[in-house]
Amino acid sequence: MSSYSVTEPSARQKWFAGTLVVLYAVITILPLLWIIGTGFKSPSDAIAYPPKTFFEPTLEGYVNLFTTRTRVTEEQLKEMGEPKTWYERLVRKDGLIIAGPSRFPERFYNSVIIGFGSTVLCIVLGTAAAYAFSRFKVPLKDDLLFFILSTRMMPPIAVAIPIFLMFRSLGLNDTHAGMILLYTAVNLSLSVWLLKGFIDEIPIEYEEAALIDGYTRFQAFYKVVLPQAATGIASTAIFCLIFAWNEYAFAVLLTSGTAQTAPPFIPTIIGVGGQDWPAVAAGATLFLVPVMVFTILLRKHLLRGITFGAVRK
Amino acid sequence: MLHSSIDRAAHATPPVLTRRIRGLSDRAIAWIFVAPSIVLLLAINIFPLIWTVRLSFTNFRVNRPNEAVQFVGLRNYLNILSDKDIWLTMQATAHFLIWTIVLQVLIGFALAYLINKKFRGNDLWTTIIVLPMMLSPAVVGNFWTFLYQPQIGLFNYAVGFLTGADPSSFSMIGDTTLAPWAIIIVDTWMWTPFVMLICLAGLRSIPSSIYEAAECDRASSWRQFWTITIPMVLPFLMLAILFRGIENFKMFDLVVQLTGGGPGSITELTSINLKREAFEKWRTGYASAYAVILFVTVFGLASIYVKALNKVKQR
Amino acid sequence: MMKQMLLSSTVVIGAYFAVSGAAGTQASAAELTLCWAAWDPANALVELSKDFEAKSGNTMKFEFVPWPNFADRMLNELNSGGKLCDLMIGDSQWIGGAAENGQYIKLNDFFDKEGIKMADFIPATVIGYAEWPKNSPNYWALPAFGDVVGWTYRKDWFSRPELQAEFKQKYGRDLAVPKTFAELKDIAEFFQKRQIDGKTVYGAAIYTERGSEGITMGVMDVLYSFGFEYGNPKKAYELDGFVNSADAVKGLEFYKALYDCCTPPGHSDAYMSEDIDAYKSGQVALQMNFAFTWPGIHADANVGGDKSGYFPNPAGPTGVQFAQLGGQGISVVAASDKQKEALDYIKWFAQPEIQKKWWALGGYSALRSVVEDPGFATSQPYAQTFLDSMAIVKDFWAEPSYASLLQASQKRFHDYVVANQGTAKDALDGLSEDWKDIFEDEGKY
Repeated sequence: MSSYSVTEPSARQKWFAGTLVVLYAVITILPLLWIIGTGFKSPSDAIAYPPKTFFEPTLEGYVNLFTTRTRVTEEQLKEMGEPKTWYERLVRKDGLIIAGPSRFPERFYNSVIIGFGSTVLCIVLGTAAAYAFSRFKVPLKDDLLFFILSTRMMPPIAVAIPIFLMFRSLGLNDTHAGMILLYTAVNLSLSVWLLKGFIDEIPIEYEEAALIDGYTRFQAFYKVVLPQAATGIASTAIFCLIFAWNEYAFAVLLTSGTAQTAPPFIPTIIGVGGQDWPAVAAGATLFLVPVMVFTILLRKHLLRGITFGAVRK
Repeated sequence: MLHSSIDRAAHATPPVLTRRIRGLSDRAIAWIFVAPSIVLLLAINIFPLIWTVRLSFTNFRVNRPNEAVQFVGLRNYLNILSDKDIWLTMQATAHFLIWTIVLQVLIGFALAYLINKKFRGNDLWTTIIVLPMMLSPAVVGNFWTFLYQPQIGLFNYAVGFLTGADPSSFSMIGDTTLAPWAIIIVDTWMWTPFVMLICLAGLRSIPSSIYEAAECDRASSWRQFWTITIPMVLPFLMLAILFRGIENFKMFDLVVQLTGGGPGSITELTSINLKREAFEKWRTGYASAYAVILFVTVFGLASIYVKALNKVKQR
Repeated sequence: MMKQMLLSSTVVIGAYFAVSGAAGTQASAAELTLCWAAWDPANALVELSKDFEAKSGNTMKFEFVPWPNFADRMLNELNSGGKLCDLMIGDSQWIGGAAENGQYIKLNDFFDKEGIKMADFIPATVIGYAEWPKNSPNYWALPAFGDVVGWTYRKDWFSRPELQAEFKQKYGRDLAVPKTFAELKDIAEFFQKRQIDGKTVYGAAIYTERGSEGITMGVMDVLYSFGFEYGNPKKAYELDGFVNSADAVKGLEFYKALYDCCTPPGHSDAYMSEDIDAYKSGQVALQMNFAFTWPGIHADANVGGDKSGYFPNPAGPTGVQFAQLGGQGISVVAASDKQKEALDYIKWFAQPEIQKKWWALGGYSALRSVVEDPGFATSQPYAQTFLDSMAIVKDFWAEPSYASLLQASQKRFHDYVVANQGTAKDALDGLSEDWKDIFEDEGKY
């Protein structure tokens, strides 16, 4: 009589499970949609009570994100004549003028440079080390495992104390190079471990064949092993990139301007007068949406990678 | 030691490979490939750790370059361990840790169990559920303060809508009893998918033949759940707990943006407290001792846990 | 050794950094970066500085950080020996640390050479923003922006006849600008949860922020007038009995009572911008805030013009009347490579005509020739209130250990006022102990 089967769920079970999961997914995505929506609200719509679900979209948040504005007297405003561009018109409406560009593009650029720079470096170093550990039967394997876990355990604030001193004496504070080195080091142990797993899966016979064909060991590495490990390298790279992209604690302590990334900057976006939520939301949207799109497009590799990375350890 | 092990490794390479090598020897390649990583890890992970331990016995302050650094022995350690406020931050951390793990394990496992029913479109919905954990905790945490605002915040409005309470009558961030839950809710929202994914991997690793055999034996679904599903997923679940535990022990970005440790010091987790000592009061020596204590604590707890985990795995 | 290793690995990373690094430093030697808080006056300074750029040929970059992160970020920058900022408009309390640790340049010689006289500036701002040690002619900054905590009130609500009548009946006096804190609380209570034009409004927006300095600024602003002292006036660093005097306890109890009875919902972590938001959105009748907010409020579409009035901090129970000093001086950062250009900027900024324009743009000039001009007091509706307030200022510790002293008060005050822990006496006793420990650590006690 019992129609229950774990391996072959009934249609009703599927329907029930699907409904619950979809419900949870909708609740979970609501705050994210709210961020995106708030970016297109006017400041007064953003703080309206009750919260507005439907509103007239405006680009004020985005204009405020990219500019600094200042208040001028009405006489000065009149002297200036008609605003020339649509964004100036938006700003003038509140009795303000655009004083200059904001620092947001620079912070975003820093995030890109530091994110990609540390990812490339981490992958280059990590792949090389992983290959050596995989092919040369290094008896450090167990120590390495221990090492990975232990570096993951340190709170970043605790690590930041000596790093701060070290960077200060080397002049690396608030530099791209310093942040790239730091993020590379933080990611390196994990990526060596992940990559070693991927390389382990490549049959050693391929290389042997290549060596017999007259390849040097180095040629065999980049002509045979690297193409085989490409998928693994790509998913490891995504993890390094996402970590560096999202990192906050080191960034807030070790950068102040020149190399400051977006995460410590976005919460400090402030308008004329008070907190400018549409501008904050606009900044957050520009920063978060690439990751969301990325996640959805690459979901197959990404989701497998997360479990692979965690479970292997 | 490092030298000799790589050396040995090189010698241990299969003879087929060593035979036909032009250019660099295997030993040289091993060195070239491993050395940069080792150097970087030594420079940025190990060396600072040693430096921290050394600083922890001094009264050094970063912001007093003109002051002589004195060796103070164990004074920093004694001061920290006898400080009532630090024990309070430990309690706050424990509360946060325990509840986030409980909630994330329950919800994460339930979701994985449901997703494993393989309904149509399950992988797209899984991806949507996973989104929060891919995002920057600082940026998202900052925005949650907006959602938590009395009156205008979406969260308060939704709770008011569902329970009939006045959305301006409670403040998740400002109230001493609600604030610890405010950070637990956001962390659970962000990280339940992580537990879910690992549970899902666990569920999918169970060979269907085991269930088929149980069905032949007419085992009830309840019995199958408790005797097959749970024991088989347990090692995965324990791993997930380990990672969440370590991550949340380090928790900084999300909570700093959400509550900044307030109201008062109700949500001041150890990392936030440490940051105040190290980078606001600039008591570098004292903060170093604090960091060492935290490291020893988490390392000790994690080793005990890993031992337990290995026992479960062996069973 | 480690240094070399790190450096060599930096080299290995290759050309990319060389390029990006060069882009950072290659910019002309005359690009100055000025660091300040992100607030309305800073935006006005951007506008004002265009004149300097035109006259000197130098370009100005600005790095503005919101108040809750300002001290944190900028002290980190100073302590790391960073070169981000050439000019720093640092908070008044940093002066001790910055002077003793050589983070700012001493300006005495420069002032003498350029004929800039500190006697030309409001005395309270010279002591507060420029001197270390206090009351000695050692200058580390030029007073740049005068500021002080004061109050804003809804003049339009105060003048409604039905409210006036109800208030008079209830309290036996006219609904008017409060002269004492007790009166202020009555007014706040009167407005709390009142329906005005169909909206629920609240009494007062005050400072309660935990993360940086908010609640300390707010509590101190009230405590001074209740008789709080930072220590024995006759014996330096003797705190017990002054910091936690019975009068101070009453002051702190008053602040909590005001927080409990009369603030809008969710007002547990509010500083300057949250208070402005609460006031501008029409939620509150009274607002505690620094004077810098007044030009913005005066210009606001909802509450500006005649709808708002301004008054200085009221008196305490014994008639003593003080107010918390805000404001900053402008300094040259010692780590900067462009000190000469930075000094040129200060020289330009100190000129009376620039200071006059500064005031016109919404910057509170500290130059006496500007504020003592007969037309000044009537030039803006808040100008007189600013002058009155600047005459009664007191400031928090400006010691090198300022950050630790502030952390202690932030914690004690927030724990008591917002998180309901212990009594006011406990909080101040604890604070006195904390501060004593800090000074003991310094060898000053």
